[in-house]
Amino acid sequence: MRSTAPVQNNSALVELVRVRYRVGDTEILRGVSLQINPGERVALLGANGAGKTTLLRLINGLISSNEGTLASPPVALQAMLFQKPPLLRRNVLDNVAFALKSRGMAETEAEQLSMQTLSRCGLTGLSQRYARALSGGEQQKLALARAWVTRPTLLLADEATASLAPAAVHEVERLMLDMCEQGSTLIFATHNRGQAKRLATRIVFMSAGRVIEDRTADDFFANPASQEAIDYINVERV
Amino acid sequence: MIADAFLQALALVSSFDPAVMSIVWLSLKVSGAAALIGALIALPLAAWVVQTRSLLREPMIVLLNASLGLPPVIVGLVVYLLLSRTGPMGALGWLFTPAGMIFAQVILVTPIIAALARQVLEDAQQEYQDLFASLALSRWQSLQTLLFETRFSLLVLLLAGFGRAIAEVGAVMMVGGNIAGHTRVMTTAIALETSKGELALALALGLILIFIVLVINIAAHYARQVLRRRYA
Repeated sequence: MRSTAPVQNNSALVELVRVRYRVGDTEILRGVSLQINPGERVALLGANGAGKTTLLRLINGLISSNEGTLASPPVALQAMLFQKPPLLRRNVLDNVAFALKSRGMAETEAEQLSMQTLSRCGLTGLSQRYARALSGGEQQKLALARAWVTRPTLLLADEATASLAPAAVHEVERLMLDMCEQGSTLIFATHNRGQAKRLATRIVFMSAGRVIEDRTADDFFANPASQEAIDYINVERV
Repeated sequence: MIADAFLQALALVSSFDPAVMSIVWLSLKVSGAAALIGALIALPLAAWVVQTRSLLREPMIVLLNASLGLPPVIVGLVVYLLLSRTGPMGALGWLFTPAGMIFAQVILVTPIIAALARQVLEDAQQEYQDLFASLALSRWQSLQTLLFETRFSLLVLLLAGFGRAIAEVGAVMMVGGNIAGHTRVMTTAIALETSKGELALALALGLILIFIVLVINIAAHYARQVLRRRYA
């Protein structure tokens, strides 16, 4: 593995040491070691089946590793965006407020904070609309608002813009960057090379359950070191 | 003869004949209570099955599914034995009373609501489990949310349970005894009046029963459509 840029220190927000994850006889992650520091914006790149989604789900506590150690912020300080946002059968405001009410916040306060967050996401006018009646882009912005309102230390996104139109992609990216400016660390899986360039400060390139390259975004795209990364970038270019 | 009976039946229905109405009212009360009590038992049971990791989960699912085909006369017989003077629940004095009929119908309706509710809740759980986990919801919070999110589907199941209860004849006949003015409901009255050759009353009650079942099914159908349009 070639690792040049990322700053490694003891105050890492996320730390994986030789993490393995298996499903039956299939090894999905093969000894992944990684440190992610506060404030970083890390893109997980790699072909389908590389282990990006599994890595995100492990960090978020949705699944547990078979071997190795993993340290990450408590789930309550994390937020996860999925490709297809799971929205409740309620209106937009209630979807956002739900994240706060489930943590014991009083209804009035939760709704007030939710409205502020919806305003940041440009969804104020849709607050009373049924969430599932929104467009794909609006739904993902709503999922982002629901994540944002909890002020997460760590934002995880699993191909969150994969099924969106370009304009919606840029809006969601802008909001993700805004969230990072407010102090969230971002780890996201994507197949969109442009998105990785626009959002990421660091690239973790994975192949067959291993981290192949872990470098700054500029360095990775200018000088990919491994044949897998070169092939991946070339295929993406096509 | 059939035409005469039909005309008399229509007259009985349109005049709100007190004898007919008292039978209809008792049927609605017994079956309504059975569906409500059945739902109160079935929904927590279904929720438990969906959430639990206990070894009892799979046997319970099999049991619930098998109970869907429970023959009403067998339920009637078992409840009769339980409630009879020398039976383990004889002291309650429920045999040949509406309470006993409700008890029998609860046994019939609960597995239906529970089995269907389990499926509804499990589908919703599949949809939301990542969200619940990423929001760090407790099992109790997840369960509450699942029940709330599926509330309209569960309401439709309640109607299905009521439909099953009100159309049932074997168990209520055996446990209630079909006593006039006391435990006579629409289905048992229809069976009795037909055997006596009193086709007008049987037909009148039959028309009302069909009307009620139709209304329930139409309500369930449109409720599902409206909600799908609104929440899809």
